[in-house]
Amino acid sequence: MATRPIKVLIAKPGLDGHDRGAKVLARGLRDEGFEVVYTGLRQSPEMIATAALQEDVDVVGLSILSGAHMTLLPKICRLLREQGLDDVLVTAGGIIPDDDIPALKEAGIAAVFGPGTTIAEVADFLRANVRSRD
Amino acid sequence: MGEPADRAAELCDAALAGDRRALARLLTAVENRTVAAEAALRRLYPLAGRAHLVGITGPPGAGKSTLVAALIAELRTVGRSVAVIAVDPSSPITGGALLGDRVRMQSYAGDHDVFIRSMAARGHAGGLASTSGAAAAVLDAAGFDLIFLETVGTGQSEVEVAAAADTTVVLEAPEMGDEVQAIKAGLLEVADLVVVNKGDRPGAQRTAAQLRAMLVASVPRNDAHHHPRPKRPEVLVTTASTGEGVPELLTALDRHRAAGRDGSAEAARLARAEHQVWAIVSDRLRDRLHDPGRRAVTEATLHEVAEHRLDPYAAADRLLGSLGWRD
Repeated sequence: MATRPIKVLIAKPGLDGHDRGAKVLARGLRDEGFEVVYTGLRQSPEMIATAALQEDVDVVGLSILSGAHMTLLPKICRLLREQGLDDVLVTAGGIIPDDDIPALKEAGIAAVFGPGTTIAEVADFLRANVRSRD
Repeated sequence: MGEPADRAAELCDAALAGDRRALARLLTAVENRTVAAEAALRRLYPLAGRAHLVGITGPPGAGKSTLVAALIAELRTVGRSVAVIAVDPSSPITGGALLGDRVRMQSYAGDHDVFIRSMAARGHAGGLASTSGAAAAVLDAAGFDLIFLETVGTGQSEVEVAAAADTTVVLEAPEMGDEVQAIKAGLLEVADLVVVNKGDRPGAQRTAAQLRAMLVASVPRNDAHHHPRPKRPEVLVTTASTGEGVPELLTALDRHRAAGRDGSAEAARLARAEHQVWAIVSDRLRDRLHDPGRRAVTEATLHEVAEHRLDPYAAADRLLGSLGWRD
């Protein structure tokens, strides 16, 4: 059917104290015409993978500020793959040092959006890279 | 991928065998009204009809999602499986949506018997998405014991959920209005159960007492079977955030279901069937009138109505006539 909205899960793994940035992104993507599922704070990798599966999303966007990204993000990528969600685009944002980005990409994160990224940049990246499905 | 029907059969087989990923994909197909979805629904419909479909509606912020979360927890302690369809509005401007009901319903990771799915209303105005009923049928066929249909935050007259559900729960928050609000027609009229949530807030018991006085006051007429009869909903108080009153609510839901089995739910089931079939008839008519051979005539007719050169009744007759329909 012609143009169905791209469905995105915005999730915050780990123990971050606030989710202002994730909410601004969720709202911004809504305004870009995406259907955004928001799950709130303090999600375990298992909870995120379950939500991605049940919602059948095209994209999982992970926001993380705590510094635990090298542990949590690869684990989420692995759980998604184990559930057969290997066609889902996974991106990350928050506070992630440049030095960590190559290893995260290796683990399956398609892009890392740091502070200062505009909503339009994120939206354009998702539209260009989301895998088309039936 | 193969033909849509093959693809649908494959997904149906997997979903019925308990594959949650296939179930999720099937729901996406239903939401997107694909050819495969129609084939799947034809196959699954005969298997549906066993689950208890419970509609949860009420104004934004009354606590619908929190209450559903509390009901899931209660159902899991007694080992019953549960699925949720949580609808949030789509933007009329961009078509985008923020689906936030999962924030209150944390996913039961690793629990195969809980399935939560968010749906954007996609321009449909009655409180649900146009495909919510079909999505519920898929979950029903997949074998869930209870299915909650949580509407968008509703106002006074989004009563569509009552046609889609076996039992309709209308949620109210304390101090939301006076007795006159309770006797207006609309949302409260379709309630099988009225729940005053946020029971720990001052005024909750008083709100419940006012609702009871106004809703139960309607006395059934002797000739009720000739006359549409208002429902006489039970009024309960819950505090969804602590679970207070939730076991009682579950008992009331089960009681309503059991009572419906005696025949009083037959009218509701017929209304649901009618609603579903008319929606499909209307979609098919519209598709026919827009097929390449007829599109030009259809659009010209609509323009004539827009310019007040033709009345809408004559236009409808002409379009039906173009399909060979005569009365």
